[in-house]
Formats: sequence, structure tokens, C-alpha cells
Amino acid sequence: MSAIWDILPGLGDKLAAHVVLSASAIGLAMLIALPLAVWASRSQIVARLALSLASLVQTIPALALLALFFPLLLSLRAVFGEGLPTLGFLPALMALTLYALLPILRNAVTAQANLDPGVLEAADSVGMTKWQKLTLVEAPLSAPFIMAGIRTASVWTIGAATLATTIGQTSLGDPIFAGLQTQNWALVLAGCLASAGLALAADNLLWVIEVGLAKRARWMTFGGMAAVMLGILAALWAQGSASEERRIVIAAKQFSEQYILAQLIGARLEAAGYAVEYRDGLGSAVVHSALASSNVDISVDYTGTIWTNYLKRTDNPGREAMYETIREWEARENEVKVLGRLGFENAYAFAMRSDRARELGVASLADLAVVAPQLTVGGDPEFFERPEWIAVRDAYGLSFGKTRNFAPTFMYNALQSGEADVISAYTSDGRIAADRLVVLEDPKGALPSYDAMLMLSPRIAADEGVIAALQPLVGAISVEAMREANLAVDREDERKLTPKQAAAALAKTLRRPGLDPGPLSSEK
Amino acid sequence: MTTPQPLLVFDGAARAYGRAVAVAGVSCAIQPGSFVALVGASGSGKSTLLKMVNTLVTPTDGRVLFRGEDVTTLPPARLRRRVGYVFQGVGLFPHMSVAENIAIGPRLTGDKLAPERIAELLQLVELDPALARRMPDELSGGQRQRVGVARALAGEPELLLMDEPFGALDPVTRDALGRKVRELHAALGLTTVMVTHDMAEALLLADRVLVMDAGRLVADETPQGLLTGAGGEVAQRLVAVPREQAERLADMEGRLA
Repeated sequence: MSAIWDILPGLGDKLAAHVVLSASAIGLAMLIALPLAVWASRSQIVARLALSLASLVQTIPALALLALFFPLLLSLRAVFGEGLPTLGFLPALMALTLYALLPILRNAVTAQANLDPGVLEAADSVGMTKWQKLTLVEAPLSAPFIMAGIRTASVWTIGAATLATTIGQTSLGDPIFAGLQTQNWALVLAGCLASAGLALAADNLLWVIEVGLAKRARWMTFGGMAAVMLGILAALWAQGSASEERRIVIAAKQFSEQYILAQLIGARLEAAGYAVEYRDGLGSAVVHSALASSNVDISVDYTGTIWTNYLKRTDNPGREAMYETIREWEARENEVKVLGRLGFENAYAFAMRSDRARELGVASLADLAVVAPQLTVGGDPEFFERPEWIAVRDAYGLSFGKTRNFAPTFMYNALQSGEADVISAYTSDGRIAADRLVVLEDPKGALPSYDAMLMLSPRIAADEGVIAALQPLVGAISVEAMREANLAVDREDERKLTPKQAAAALAKTLRRPGLDPGPLSSEK
Repeated sequence: MTTPQPLLVFDGAARAYGRAVAVAGVSCAIQPGSFVALVGASGSGKSTLLKMVNTLVTPTDGRVLFRGEDVTTLPPARLRRRVGYVFQGVGLFPHMSVAENIAIGPRLTGDKLAPERIAELLQLVELDPALARRMPDELSGGQRQRVGVARALAGEPELLLMDEPFGALDPVTRDALGRKVRELHAALGLTTVMVTHDMAEALLLADRVLVMDAGRLVADETPQGLLTGAGGEVAQRLVAVPREQAERLADMEGRLA
């Protein structure tokens, strides 16, 4: 695992962004929670309401909370105008702040409630005003407990901040998500190690402040505070010196193919003299809106995805009609330019182990329907909510014995281990070939097509330099080439490549550069 | 000779908590320089009545006048700086040294208490001035209550209120501190109102004893008057306890002799 030590030094900018994000969230949470705690100590209703709300927030998974701010901010644009960022720092800050509220608020409220009533009576009886009572008695006596709450909040926030990656905010989650998707465990471990190290360092420094406050040891309190401030300032400085003019931002969803294509696109743009930035590991749901709002500039999306999720269509007019309709719709509704199709499909398909398929006599979805009640079907977390699944289920009358969700990477392992009999595979996935899986035929044509499309944000839709640099990719990637690149990244032996290496290899196999292939040969 | 203006007047002062009546209309006047004990059983309303003076409790009916002014119309912080308050819980600020605790009242108005004055106050309550730099949790219960008295005296109050000030102390400390307070009362020319449930303490320290029962004032006598049978049934029941104890002790001593 010496690879980890090679990766760690390169995480400096992620660490800086992580520190700035976490510190901002905790700082903001303190600004909200502490006055609220004072108010709560004077009103039972406020105390109960504030604590219930903060607890409620805790019950929302951090990942969902982060994602929820995207539509919220998008709708707030009606009030604050188009300049309101919907991805990146702002939503991450808001979600993490909400998350950090509870421990700070609860400790502050509890500390106030547990103050010695005799001391409070004395404060009143010596003639303190409310403000003097707060600053001279309540605050200093509550401070160690409040500090303990801030410590808890800090550890939680630093951990949860890794999830900010999914909404386009750079953090130590970047290597974790990238590593998880490409099964690069050194990358995952490096990210975890860095964020755990940061959490431990913060916890210890804040502990010094807490003990300093409790023992009234000023040098400990101020020393701890100085160290924390120094760390935050260093991160701010590192970030400030890194920010330059606006670059071209390339989005990637959370799977290997997206990472590889982002690198492929990035390499071409860099060769053409552009500065690029990668926004990896974005949630699938946010990529399209991020592109339409120019929060990211380039994405690769799939016809079937746009068709069902954004055009809200459930019909299947055929591959060409679907593409043309999307292209026209994107230009009209979002000012997004669909530059062209890359040449391969990443469609949903049902795959089985070949021995199992043979044993059960299954070659098509129609055959599958007969034996389905005895089988377990595995899908990615969104699959069983998607209209494709509903369409296929209804077309063939599929009714499985058991339904299970897996992260895309682990779906294939589940198939190998027998935890699933059938999975919702993707046609461009390298493991179909590597694992010698059988892709079941779809005689009724229930599954829509998923042509990979190169899409440009309104901001660069007319940028001729970008278009010229990327045009050669249109129609240039065969499904075999894509599978091979995906496999190279997903495999776990010594021939494993990073997305960047795989992109470089893929670049050498581009075919018929520059021409939209028109009707493509189906590779299902 | 004209009677001086009373320092403190209760004018039908009452306090109810919902339907429960803690103080049911008390009227009396307290002259400057007097040492008044407020005696009664638990729940008789004596603490509530006392706290109406420095508005820790506000009356639901009637008025309390301090030097002729309704206390509820005075800014509470300003009023409380003129009224020293000592109570059973002491309430020393645990994060402040003894000196800081004593100096807190003047500090609130922006005055700094000189170290000599703090030493003087500590000596007044018979504490070593070297204790000034200690923290409250390093002191014994008796020492803490003495610091509490010093803190109450630091602002040179016009009136000293004490709510069961010695209730949590051992009998020896309690007796010594009681005598000390009485001595300071005379030496500093204070007006003192002390709440206690101990009639013996009231009789020995005060020059006027008010007896409360179920929120009402049932007796207003001098210690001499109470000992000679005045004040009515409730007051006499309270006086009977220490008197009987004293008689029994005298009997025992008689038999031993």
C-alpha cells in the first residue's frame, strides 16, 4: 500500500477545500446555535422547537440532505436571480451547517439548563443585567460543555464533508468517490486517511480549548484557538492562491466510464490550450441541472436518461427519433448544445452468469419471466424506480422472488457470489466481457436506447475552440473500445489502470474521427 | 421626637402562583437600623415576602416601598445594588476567585474594588485576607457563607436581606456567624431583614420578630414580648420549642449538679 503515500501529498488542495468548507459550516452553525440556545434558555417552546428541528435534520441521511439543497437553491433563483449558485460550496455549506447544529445546540441548551440555580439567583441578586448575567456567568460556566458540542459537530462535519463531492464541491471525498467507483482502494484509503486525520487533529485541538475553558487555563484556551485559526488561515491561503480565471469544468457521474470520458475530454481541451477542472463524482440527478445552469460546462449523458428523467417521456419512438428530439429540446429549453453522440450505448440490459443462464434455459427476457419468481434480481439503487424497469416488468410480466440494491461496482460481484441471479447491467460495462456474462435479449424492444452524448453548457455552447477540440470524439468510440477502457479501470489485477491512463489508451483507438456516425450498429 | 421615615414598607403585598397563594397581603413598616427576623414554618411565605424586596419575586397585588419608592418601578439591576442579599445557597460564582466574587457588585457599575478594601471586607467576616486569591471550591461551607456576606456588604448596601443564611452550616459555625452578623449590623449601622425558621435564632439576634403563617403576618413583637407570652397562638407554639429545650437542658444540668 505504498501507493497511499504517493497519493497523500497530492491531496493538498482537496484538504484545503475540506478545511475551509468544514470550518465555515461549523462557524455558521455556532453563529446560529449559540444565540438560539440563549433564546431557548428563556423559552421552553423555543427550546423544544429548536431541538426537535435539529434532531429531525439529523435523521435525514447526509447524502440526501446535500442533494436536497440543489432543487431548493434552484427554486430560490426565482427570488435571488440566476447568480445564485446551486452546486458546490453554497449548498454544501448549508447542508453541513444544518447537520452541525444539533450537537452544538443540544450541548448549549443542556449546559444552561444544568447551571446551579443558586449561582443564577446570586447573579440576579447582585444586580446583574440580563446581558451581564449572560456574559459574566452563564457563558463562562457553559463554555466547556458548549465546546464539547462543537467538538462533536466538528468530527461529524469533517466526516460528512466528504459527501460534498457528490454536489460538486471539492473535498477529501473526491479521492474516496473516485476510488470507490474505479476500485482503486489506495485512493479510497488515502482520502479516508486524510479526512480521519483532519477530524482527529480538529478533535484534539478543540479538546485542548475545552480543557482550557474548564480548568480556566488561559494559555491552553488561547493556544488551542490560535492553532485552529492558523489551520483555517493556511487552508484559506492555499485556496486563495489556487483560484485563477474560470476554467472549463468537466462533470463526471459516479461510475468509471464517466471518469474515463471526463479525462479523455479534459486531455483534448488541455492539448487545445484550455485550463480544465474536473467535478468528479456528481450525483446523477444533479449533473443535468448543473450543466443547464453552467455550473459545469461539459458532461456526457445518455439519451434514455434525458428522455425519461427530463422529457418525462415513457414512449419509445426509436433510437434516431429519440436523439433528434432530445437535441432539439435541449437547445430550445436549456440552451444546452448536444455536440453529438460518441458512438456507443450504455443501455440498461439484464445480464446473468452464462452457466446459470444455461442451467435455467434463459436466453431472453421472455424466458426469464418464466423462472423469475425463484430468482433474485439485483439493480443499482435507482434502477427499480426507473420507468425502464417498469416498462420491462410490464412488457414481460416479470415478477422476481427477491429484489436487492447494490452499488454499480458491487453488482457484478453479487452476481459472481450468487447473491443475485440476474442484474441490471450496463451494455458498455467491461465486466460483461470479462466475466463472460450473458446479456438477455429484448425481443419486445422494451428497453430504450442509451446513446452517450457529448453536451455543452450554455456558457460554452458557442465556443468554437471547444467545439473544434471535441468534434473528433463524435462517433469515435465503439462499444468494444469503451468496454475495454471500463474493464481496465474496474479490474483488480496488476493490469488495472487509472481513469487517466485508460483515457489515454482509449484515445489511441478512436475511429473515423469527426463524423457523427448516423445510425449506429446496435451492440446490445 | 418624630418617627423617621421607614426604610421599607409592605403595603398589602401579596403573591399568588396560579391559585396557590404564597403571600396573602402583608402590611408593615421597617425602620432604618432595625434587625428584623421573619419567622415561620416551611411554606409560610416568609422567603417569598423577602424576595419581593429586591424583586426576585414581583407582587401580584399590593406594593413594596423602598425609601418611599415602589420597588417594581426601579430598574432591578440598580435596586439590587443598593440591597445586599445573602441566602442559604450562597451562590458564589465558581469561575471567579474569592476577591472577584466580593468585587462583583461594584464591578457591574464599572467600579474597581481596591485590594485593601477586599482584605478589609474579608477581615470583617473574620477570614484571612490571603483567601482572596482562592477559588470557591477550595473553601469550607462556613468560609463560603462568610464570603457571601462579604460580597453582600461590598456595595455598602442600605439594606441587608438574608434568607436562611446559616441553614446549611454546622451549629458551631452557625452560632459564630450569627453573632458576627449581629455585630456587623451594629457596627455598620445596617438595616437587616433575616428569614429563618429557627425561633431561637430570631429571638437571640433580632430586635423585632415578625411571624408568618399561611401567607399572613400573625405576630409582630419584640423578643421580650414573645418571651412574655405575647403574639398569639402560632407565635407561642414556635417560642415553646426552644423554651422547652432550654428547660430540659437546665433540668439535666440540675440533676448532674
